[in-house]
Amino acid sequence: MTTTITKPPADATPEPPKNGRRKRGLKAGRAGGQHHAGPIAYAILIVFTLVSIFPLFWTAIAASRDNARLAETPPPFWFGANLFDKLEVAWTDANLGEAFLNTTIVAGVSSLTIVFLSTIAGFAFAKLRFRGRGALMLIVIGTMMVPPQLQVIPLYMMVAELDWTDQLQAVILPSLVSAFGVFFMRQYLIQALPDEIIEAARVDGASSWRVIWHVVFPAARPAMAVLGMLMFVQTWNDFLWPFLVLTQLGNPTVQVAVAGLGRGYTPDQALIMAGALLSTLPLLLVFAIFGKQIVGGIMQGAVKG
Amino acid sequence: MATRHDTAAAPPAKEGGAAPARPPVESPETLRKRARLSRRWQRDVRWSPYAFVSPFFLLFVAFGMFPLIYTAWASLHTVELTAPTDMEWAGLRNYTRIFDDEFYWNAAKNTLTIGIISTVPQLMMALGIAHLLNYKLRASNFFRVVMLAPYATSIAAATLVFVLLFGRDYGMINWFLGLFGIDNIDWQNDKWYAQIAVSSIVIWRWTGYNALIYLAAMQAIPQDLYESAALDGASRWKQFLHVTLPSLRPTILFTVVVSTIGASQLFAEPLMFDANKGASGGPQHQFQTLGLYMYEQGWVNQHLGRASAIAWTMFLILIVVGIINYVISRRLRASS
Repeated sequence: MTTTITKPPADATPEPPKNGRRKRGLKAGRAGGQHHAGPIAYAILIVFTLVSIFPLFWTAIAASRDNARLAETPPPFWFGANLFDKLEVAWTDANLGEAFLNTTIVAGVSSLTIVFLSTIAGFAFAKLRFRGRGALMLIVIGTMMVPPQLQVIPLYMMVAELDWTDQLQAVILPSLVSAFGVFFMRQYLIQALPDEIIEAARVDGASSWRVIWHVVFPAARPAMAVLGMLMFVQTWNDFLWPFLVLTQLGNPTVQVAVAGLGRGYTPDQALIMAGALLSTLPLLLVFAIFGKQIVGGIMQGAVKG
Repeated sequence: MATRHDTAAAPPAKEGGAAPARPPVESPETLRKRARLSRRWQRDVRWSPYAFVSPFFLLFVAFGMFPLIYTAWASLHTVELTAPTDMEWAGLRNYTRIFDDEFYWNAAKNTLTIGIISTVPQLMMALGIAHLLNYKLRASNFFRVVMLAPYATSIAAATLVFVLLFGRDYGMINWFLGLFGIDNIDWQNDKWYAQIAVSSIVIWRWTGYNALIYLAAMQAIPQDLYESAALDGASRWKQFLHVTLPSLRPTILFTVVVSTIGASQLFAEPLMFDANKGASGGPQHQFQTLGLYMYEQGWVNQHLGRASAIAWTMFLILIVVGIINYVISRRLRASS
């Protein structure tokens, strides 16, 4: 696979790694364009923005109605009276309280672990010399191509053998393999961590773990935060594997619980929409708060996770 | 692969007295002569890289490599979902079955057509949007963040909404088309319309994300390329064609590969788009993908061996895609 994917904006000099970096990434964006956008450009962008938001907005509208109103023409364009009722019923019906707790544990544990493991491995690949480095890095990149479907069947057998069905570790453990994370941290550390700092610490007699702790982690913090958020989103939204090993009645994640909402002969559409809305709300909140940093991180990594 | 004791070889703290950094590889004889502290130091420098990468590789072997190989092994056996440890040798029977299986070929075709319908417009729109975002803009951060909202939305939530929006009798989309005098479309049961509907979910979720990737690549294009093109009298459109597009080629190739991988694995969208949430991909299998078919064979019909064979054919397709990508990117590099 191509490693020359996308280089971050040309001004990626290493120094102050804290928030100087993010700001520069975004400012470079504005300076990069040659022309001011005309009204047509704005119009197209605004239409695109509306299309991006509309389904989410309409999820909330549909959740505030009932089946009768949703079976009328034209469809509703504004909120009805049922929103909070439906949210409450969805919450209890789909056992969402437990599902949220489970998903938070899964997404939290895996993203923190991935960030930690990816940072130390990314540091080794970026800054340390050792035999087999190139070959091992190739394996990491190759891993990104293996489709999850290929792993699901033996993992399912393993889980059945270990009696881990409906247990969270069955979801957490396989999700910890993130080649993307290693690659992402390596790309960041290559440019964000000057060799001189590591050497200075070495001359002072610091062991490798001390270097990691006192030099690498502080320098990598912005990238670690972005990677953590990306991985949190990814594990939160993960569907196939949790769907196979966790059952709706046992110990579901939010996605598994919501997928089971409103089955039956005449499903309550508003209820389904309420569940869908609840399942996405925490992530939308994260994006509302950290949107700028996530955008910057995606543009720097420029790799689909 | 490095083992656990490497970690122990890296002492947690060491004060003074240690030698300055040396080249990591040295002959054991000189090592033995050094002071004990220095020896620990050497071991640390030499082995700690392996300690740092080993957790990833241990996890990878357990949850990545082993399943990959075991799937190949399972695909040569008859295995039932209810008793996954009882494996009966079947040779290549699972594979030969696939070749005569009309549902397999149907799923393969659907995966291909849905892949094309979802990927091509998605990437072209992303390119256009990125171009617009690359202008000097007010509220550019706002546009960028909002564009990512679909990416933050889970597949389950997105698909559930789109099922309603694409409803035949009361859906928003048919209502809107009705304003232009278009009759209600059966987005569930008509093969092509159903595939377009499923693809639109993918397009909606990923266009903004890909636009950001293109934008990042566009910002890395040196400004003077545009200036000299402008001096030559090239219009903005010509500049886009002759400066922007060629510079983006590696990135475009990359997004094509990633989207192809994504499209070949499409599972949750067609699963949940089906009104009955079944694995058949609609009553006539009109939008059943390979991912869905694998699930149906393994978990509905309980033939894990057959499902493994399907999974491996999917992997082989990806390898072919990877090789094509490699050849094209080499050509690109050679030509530039």
